[in-house]
Amino acid sequence: MILIWLILIPFIGGFFSWIAELIGTRSPRWIALGSMMLLFALTVWLWLTHNYSLSGIINGQPQWVAEYQIEWIPRFGISFHLGLDGLSLLMVMLTGFIGMLAVGCSWSEVQKYIGFFHLNLLWILGGVIGVFLALDMFLFFFCWEMMLVPMYFLISLWGHNAPGGMGRIQAATKFFLYTQASGLLLLLAIIGLVLVHQNNTGQLTFDYMALRGTAMSSHVEWVLMLGFFIAFAVKFPIVPFHSWLPDAHSQAPTAGSVDLAGILLKTAAYGMLRFAIPLFPNASQALAPFAMWLGVVGIIYGALLAFSQDDIKRMIAYTSISHMGFVLIGIYSFNTIALQGAVVQMMAHGISAAALFILSGQLYERLKTRDLRQMGGLYSRMRNLPPIAMFFAAASLGMPGLGNFVGEFLILLGTYQVNPNVTIFATSGLVLAAVYTLKMVQRALHGQPSDQNSAELMDLNGRERLMMLALMIITLAMGFFPQAILNTSASVIQSLQFQSLQQSLPQQSLPKLP
Amino acid sequence: MTLTMQHLQALLPIIITGLTSVAVMLSIAIRRHHAINTTVLVAGLNVALLSIYFAAKVTPLSVTPLLIIDNYALFFCGLILISALACSTLAYAYCEHFTRNREELYLLMSIATLGCLVLACTRHLAALFIGLEMLSIALYGLIAYTYDRARSLEAGIKYLILSATASCVMFFGMALLYAEFGSLTFISIGQHLSSPTSLLPIIGGSMLMIGLAFKLSFAPFHLWTPDVYEGAPAPIATFLATAAKVAVFAVLVRFLLMDAITLLQSSKMMLVLGIMAALSILLGNLLALKQNNIKRMLGYSSIAHFGYLLVLLITANQQLGIEGFSLYLTVYVITSLAAFGVLTLMSTANHDRDADLLEDYRGLFWHRPILTSILTVALLSLAGIPLTAGFIAKFYVVNAGMNAGIWGWALLSVVMLGSAISLFYYLNTMVNLFLSKSNSYPFDASLDWGQHTGGLLVMAATALILLIGIYPEPLIHFLQLNLTGLTNANMHP
Repeated sequence: MILIWLILIPFIGGFFSWIAELIGTRSPRWIALGSMMLLFALTVWLWLTHNYSLSGIINGQPQWVAEYQIEWIPRFGISFHLGLDGLSLLMVMLTGFIGMLAVGCSWSEVQKYIGFFHLNLLWILGGVIGVFLALDMFLFFFCWEMMLVPMYFLISLWGHNAPGGMGRIQAATKFFLYTQASGLLLLLAIIGLVLVHQNNTGQLTFDYMALRGTAMSSHVEWVLMLGFFIAFAVKFPIVPFHSWLPDAHSQAPTAGSVDLAGILLKTAAYGMLRFAIPLFPNASQALAPFAMWLGVVGIIYGALLAFSQDDIKRMIAYTSISHMGFVLIGIYSFNTIALQGAVVQMMAHGISAAALFILSGQLYERLKTRDLRQMGGLYSRMRNLPPIAMFFAAASLGMPGLGNFVGEFLILLGTYQVNPNVTIFATSGLVLAAVYTLKMVQRALHGQPSDQNSAELMDLNGRERLMMLALMIITLAMGFFPQAILNTSASVIQSLQFQSLQQSLPQQSLPKLP
Repeated sequence: MTLTMQHLQALLPIIITGLTSVAVMLSIAIRRHHAINTTVLVAGLNVALLSIYFAAKVTPLSVTPLLIIDNYALFFCGLILISALACSTLAYAYCEHFTRNREELYLLMSIATLGCLVLACTRHLAALFIGLEMLSIALYGLIAYTYDRARSLEAGIKYLILSATASCVMFFGMALLYAEFGSLTFISIGQHLSSPTSLLPIIGGSMLMIGLAFKLSFAPFHLWTPDVYEGAPAPIATFLATAAKVAVFAVLVRFLLMDAITLLQSSKMMLVLGIMAALSILLGNLLALKQNNIKRMLGYSSIAHFGYLLVLLITANQQLGIEGFSLYLTVYVITSLAAFGVLTLMSTANHDRDADLLEDYRGLFWHRPILTSILTVALLSLAGIPLTAGFIAKFYVVNAGMNAGIWGWALLSVVMLGSAISLFYYLNTMVNLFLSKSNSYPFDASLDWGQHTGGLLVMAATALILLIGIYPEPLIHFLQLNLTGLTNANMHP
């Protein structure tokens, strides 16, 4: 039952914040913040009270820490089936945390149509949580598509018309089209999979548990797997499909960017881990080398483009592409260490990118520009913001002791055992990350203020400092005690690896499981 | 053949609607009174709707060779009557301050509805023609009803000429078929046409198909649609998009999917229909892109939607086809009622045009949040986004297409392309509603729109869109229970 509340809290909270605008402008914010805190508290409670080391595959079937299933559309064998294991818990927890930040960072930024803004913000999160919990392919797709509409509104109504970029409505439309068109491909692939399963067994079902291990010819498996892979690749984003991301980020309001970088991109990585690989193990295995090289391309390409950006949000968007390249390599290395690293990297990048976006939002509120050329000398103009920005820049470049380092290190370590060449090229991403981050720090924080009007700027207020403090603590905690995350996701990762190994062996030589 | 009480009972919806037309005419003759005349129509249609319950007790039953009353026919009668009721409700608010004679609109509407009902029940070309002409001729008057507007008059005349031409082509085709086969029933025509012996019946059959394709505005016979949708008064455009389309589609599906299924399964027919579907999807969506008039945009989008529906028809097997088609059409009717309903509520007949330009709706959300939300939900449903009923309908299309092998996949790729294109204009319209407030609104719904029946109607439609989108099972179950399985009984009357 608690799983359904995890989905309902954002939806109900969002609805009430919309209504609450009638009372006053502050009440929607408090309601949204309250529901996000409740969500986060629930996930923490779930984390502390349940044992995640036991979930995993028993008798060939994944076990869930919590599960919920009711009939939904029996005509097509669709049920409302939710399940929670270590991986989805981590992702939902991240969603709750990012959700609080997203509400917090729009506290002063968003001043128009506050109720409707929070409705959209919370409904995105509701859809995302649905994606993380769904165990029915129809439900998964339902939530996958559903979160696009509020995101579209968020960008198109509260976004910026950044100079030099395309307008916010065009950016929102581009985002929607990319993800929706690729989503249609996903729908086709899902239905194709279901029909293959129906042809095999005579049973029409969309249930994930039943569809696992569907036998199919390698051609069909390839086609269906590509349907999943491309849909996820667009959202990931993997390099040839990435061009919506910088535009969406640069036009989105801060909360939209935080959501986008913090969790929306993670739904794609989660989809690969949860669906694309377990459902199509052989084809995924065959795709792996290619996917890993795509990851390398993403790392280097993202880093090079980040280097040449003047708009600070565009720059962070390109660094996202670069960092998500590591996640892709980790996922397709099929190595326990690297997969664990990918999970940590997803969390750490979610936090650090969110922090950087919030910081650039705060800068924008004060300077009214996001152009790095017009910044400079911020150290002399503010007390708290520059060192915090320095901290997260360090996190982003992979400084040991901070969360991202753990993720990247584990990924590179694990991948080295599988494919050293990929590792060697991927490592260059670390160097490039240092270059572009330090360049950003140099241009924004050091040196002389570029404009004549270099008066002192309003420093961070209590709310902003509190948010930054929370983010820094979590980043440090992930850097020093990553074991907590690793333990939570370990059994899921092991079962994933176990399965792909099992599938890669010839079927005859497999001993029957007890 | 003699008519028994059973036959009369089965015919109740048609008889009552016919009587309603007479009653409306008499009540107008006695006294022109907008409210009373409308009430007569609405009461009559409601009774007809209720009588479906009684008619359903004696189904399936052939009444003369012309008509068949079965669950399929009655389901679509219900859908038609509900749309007609909705349109007359919308028309009432729309015409409230109209300075010309308002009352004849209801008379024409009842006649058009009667034509629709006949179409839904027909399995004979003669009845098909009667129904179609009863519908079309009433529509000529309805479309040009606000004849002070040049657009409306133009649309009426355009529809008159084009539709009459199409009817002639169809009539000629029927004559050719009759000359060859000596029979006008769907079943015998279907049987004969699926293994034609000479060119003549093929020409005849094609002319028949052209006529129907024109009425359903399949590309390349779609050219009239946007102009007529734009020119017609908003409640009439609603009727055109809902009741009229449902009726013609119902008869097409009865012909193709029930009585002449072998014809539908022949590869040449599939090819023709497939090309027509692909053209409709592509042209409809591409032409909708550049519209700044919402009614025109909805007209083009309806072309595309009927293309999707045709894909469903071609690719699905009989059972899934009838179920999916009924669901799709139901969803489309509800969605159109919501979308056009908002347009109608915003417009009045005594203005020199309807509120149908994009700029009329700019920033409306901040002024009329609920009304705009309704339009948003309707547009999302048309785009087929989850949470709305449109997604379930699209799901049926994709499901059927995936099952149909390489041919189905080819059509599905067109569907995918089309729905990706369609996002552009749906989103464009939608976001327009939410842009910054404009200072003046040339058009506006009356302040208490929500309390009027028209307002309640669009709200109910929206609730249904969301309900079907979230929990479609009851509707699917109802359709399965009532519509599938009856086809075999139909094949051998």
